[in-house]
Amino acid sequence: MTDEMGRTRLYDEHLALGGRMVPFAGWALPVQYEATGALREHRAVREAAGLFDIDHMGQLIVSGPDAGAFLNAVLTVDVRAVPRGKAQYALLPYDDGGLVDDVMLYRLPEAWWIIVNAANRAKDLRWLIAHAGAFRVTIEDLSERTYMLALQGPRAQPILQTLTAFNLDRLPYHAVARTEVAGVPMLVAATGYTGEYGYELYFSAEEAVPVWRALLEAGRPAGLLPCGLAARDSLRFEAGLPLYGHELGPDIDPFAAGLGAFVRFDHRNFVGHDALLKIMLEGPARKLVGFEMTEPAVPRAGYPVLIDGQPAGTVTSGMKAPTLDRFLGMAFVPAQQAVPGAEIEIVVREKAKKAVIVKRPFYTPAYRRAPERVILPQPARMSDLRATAVR
Amino acid sequence: MSFSVQQDRKYAPSHEWALPQGELVVVGVTDYAQHELGDVVYVDLPDPGERFAKGEVFGACESVKAVADLNLPVSGEIVEMNAALVDAPETVNTDPFGEGWMVKVRPDNPAELDELMDADAYQQFTSELK
Repeated sequence: MTDEMGRTRLYDEHLALGGRMVPFAGWALPVQYEATGALREHRAVREAAGLFDIDHMGQLIVSGPDAGAFLNAVLTVDVRAVPRGKAQYALLPYDDGGLVDDVMLYRLPEAWWIIVNAANRAKDLRWLIAHAGAFRVTIEDLSERTYMLALQGPRAQPILQTLTAFNLDRLPYHAVARTEVAGVPMLVAATGYTGEYGYELYFSAEEAVPVWRALLEAGRPAGLLPCGLAARDSLRFEAGLPLYGHELGPDIDPFAAGLGAFVRFDHRNFVGHDALLKIMLEGPARKLVGFEMTEPAVPRAGYPVLIDGQPAGTVTSGMKAPTLDRFLGMAFVPAQQAVPGAEIEIVVREKAKKAVIVKRPFYTPAYRRAPERVILPQPARMSDLRATAVR
Repeated sequence: MSFSVQQDRKYAPSHEWALPQGELVVVGVTDYAQHELGDVVYVDLPDPGERFAKGEVFGACESVKAVADLNLPVSGEIVEMNAALVDAPETVNTDPFGEGWMVKVRPDNPAELDELMDADAYQQFTSELK
């Protein structure tokens, strides 16, 4: 690793765990760990739990009397509709409707937290400051001082519960609360990027090593594994979650990306409002689709898409999906051709391989599944018991 | 980190091994290669009958994060490809020198095997990499 790569405070921990370090958004991070590998780490998150060092992400804090009004002037959502102690996914658009970033917003009593992509942190901060204008707001970058971890998977809750007195049953999906975990003051958000239930944890960067170790120790009996970037990507891909730089970017509008649900127009004029309204009314020129290879091949980001033999788009993300065990991908195609069942081709190393458009997400996130019908046993009636006793 | 090698075969600098088997040569990738690649998810192999020159790309080995070209260590005609790798590509990781074999070749010129590294030379070669 060159000295140019930033090192998170867990760098040595990752090495000790056999992490294979790679550069990502200016940071040296583990792509996977030696003893496990990307596939086992992915499976651990789907079946048990995984722990991710995501400190490279940014935490921007917006506070002040005009914080809400300011955010409403730059984001596509109406922040007045976000209750205290809740998270909201939102988009930060350019004037022309393309995207500066996609972010998670947390409404806390004293401020708004905006969780931003690592690669966009400086850009987002400059953008927010440039648009602060006359709003009475303070915009701070707390990223250096704040450590961020993700604990994800069906066993994340019981694992975290062993380290905190806070009753996690009271933290439903997308709720955010301040409490103490492993003796460290922490912001706990029931959010994530894997398609499983889980948490994103924020605390003082000084505590990175003890918190990391405490979580690994607490989770070991439940099958918790430390997980790297490869698993992070395959998990979010299966769940249909977009990645800036792939499904999102400065030349991609939210409607093309299938994120129209996160664009509200009703009440105020935000940056990009008119451009986005026009796109919504006219329909985007291209749309993000999922596809499945019908001839085996691994479709990767950047590979050309052909429809009727003509170039029609590019793959944004693709892989052999670990949980589904299928060759899947996402791509932008002309809107009128974005039809499930349509046959397309992906050019893989100069050969056109057949594929078919399928619906997204490939894997239904845990929090989008219909709750299982629980049929409670009826209390036994004396007449039943007598009847069975006779037999 | 040391990787295993087998004494009974020869090695190319692109990390393929060549094992003479009667009049054929069996080809696969080494322990070093599978470790570098990580979890193999797909192996793209040629059909029997296809011909390649020594060093020519005959297929590809895809892992989660990488694609590696496969170069044929000796010129010849593909006689058989390992169909078991279609359903179980991970065999390349678990048994690269055995069940993870990739193709069997009828070599045009068996003397080309002498141009390849023996196990010790390959071991030395990999230890100097990186």
